[in-house]
Amino acid sequence: MSTSVVVTGLGATTPLGGDVASTWSALLAGRSGVRPLEAEWAKDLPVRIAATIAVEPSEVLPRHRLRRLDRCQQFALIAAHEAWRDAGFAFGDEESAEGFRVDGDRLGAVVSSGIGGIITTLDNYDTLLAKGWKRVSPFAVPMLMPNGAAGQVSIEFGAKAGAHALASACASSAEAIGYAIDMIRNGRADVVIAGGTEAAIHQLNLAAFASMRAMSTRNDEPERASRPYDKNRDGFVLGEGSGIVILESEEHARARGARIYGIAAGAGYSADANDIVQNDADGMSKAMRRALTDADLEPSDIVHINAHGTSTPIGDIGEIKAIKKAFGDAAGQIVVTSTKSMTGHLLGGTGAVESIATLLALREGLVPPTINIDDLDDEVDLDIAQGEPRKLPDGPAAALNNSFGFGGHNVCVAFRRHES
Amino acid sequence: MALSDQEILNGLGDIIEEIAGVPAADVTPEKSFVDDLDIDSLSMVEIAVAAQDQFGVEIPDDELKNLKTVKDVVVYVQGKGVSA
Repeated sequence: MSTSVVVTGLGATTPLGGDVASTWSALLAGRSGVRPLEAEWAKDLPVRIAATIAVEPSEVLPRHRLRRLDRCQQFALIAAHEAWRDAGFAFGDEESAEGFRVDGDRLGAVVSSGIGGIITTLDNYDTLLAKGWKRVSPFAVPMLMPNGAAGQVSIEFGAKAGAHALASACASSAEAIGYAIDMIRNGRADVVIAGGTEAAIHQLNLAAFASMRAMSTRNDEPERASRPYDKNRDGFVLGEGSGIVILESEEHARARGARIYGIAAGAGYSADANDIVQNDADGMSKAMRRALTDADLEPSDIVHINAHGTSTPIGDIGEIKAIKKAFGDAAGQIVVTSTKSMTGHLLGGTGAVESIATLLALREGLVPPTINIDDLDDEVDLDIAQGEPRKLPDGPAAALNNSFGFGGHNVCVAFRRHES
Repeated sequence: MALSDQEILNGLGDIIEEIAGVPAADVTPEKSFVDDLDIDSLSMVEIAVAAQDQFGVEIPDDELKNLKTVKDVVVYVQGKGVSA
């Protein structure tokens, strides 16, 4: 029997709130985090909306720390601090009675980003052209490198078992959680800080995604723009934010009497080896089936899927087909939702934030609704949570979080409800 | 009119607070950047650039490595005859 891995801490900073509690309550309330972009540079773009962060890092981190962290690293540290505290771990030199410590050699950090420090890259390039090389920040390299957030989190918490940053575009932070599960199963760590982050709301990214015709241009109705499964969906909405979970071997968590949110039961992966931007239903279904196998689950165990569901015309239907292919008759019992209808698409942050939503849905027995479905697409013949949060059955249950990325990466993470 | 030592010290304190998060009040002449203020080499580069903006004195890299204490920088800037 392999080591059981549990989730003992959650942290997030998202377009819906500066922490997990506010994000979760906004998800249940069906609130949108999508807003108009007021910046001058947005005026000429076809897309002038985004799901910007609800609480700016400058309200949380001191100025000298902000200066040397890319915005995506700022998010990751904020979320990691919340998760660390939430798990009941001590910090720094404090000697709190309930503050547990972890041996640094048994602590890992797996923090991914789809893009990395792109705002640092572009800002410093502007500085280089305008003011010359001497004004380029000496911290530019650690700020722009895609493993920067993993390195910063590792330094912050003394994680010496390994710091990793898997890059698989929009599946990056789901893959980070999967990798972290394996680190614990393989005995390389007792505790891993895992998740992902993204801060890519910049005119270049908006222009680049808009050039692919991948984004919603519903500029006059920002909060209605992200509408997975609606007949009139017209693309995704770019978001920013971070989600971090504390994963721990069940043995380690029990020994310290930690609260357990749920069981990180396993993960499944596939690569389409086909199109660079269009994930195919076959690959997605393979990832789901492999997650079931890895987690030792039957299709009938799954009560809920937090879908990738970005609100693009083709991608959403591909995933619906993939779920039916993976589950057959059992697909009918699954409550599906896309929380991207409210958070927008956090790219490298999305898999972790949605894993947190999946875990909480299992734990609370409530699936957040998919908002903005006025007219359900005829091809969506699964049970989509809409309107109100949907109740899940009591008792043993499991759920999946799907994340798919450009490059043909398909990642599915499986969680089981923890019965105390 | 040339800046006084105290004016340079105050300006340096503000720069170091901004860049390294050390309270300006702790930036006193005898303090060593590395040993007392915990300022690393990359931060020193930033401080030198900011000092150039504020005092109009360029500190070349080979001079920068010889400036070990706050007083060393004050003396260096003063020695370049900076005026406000």
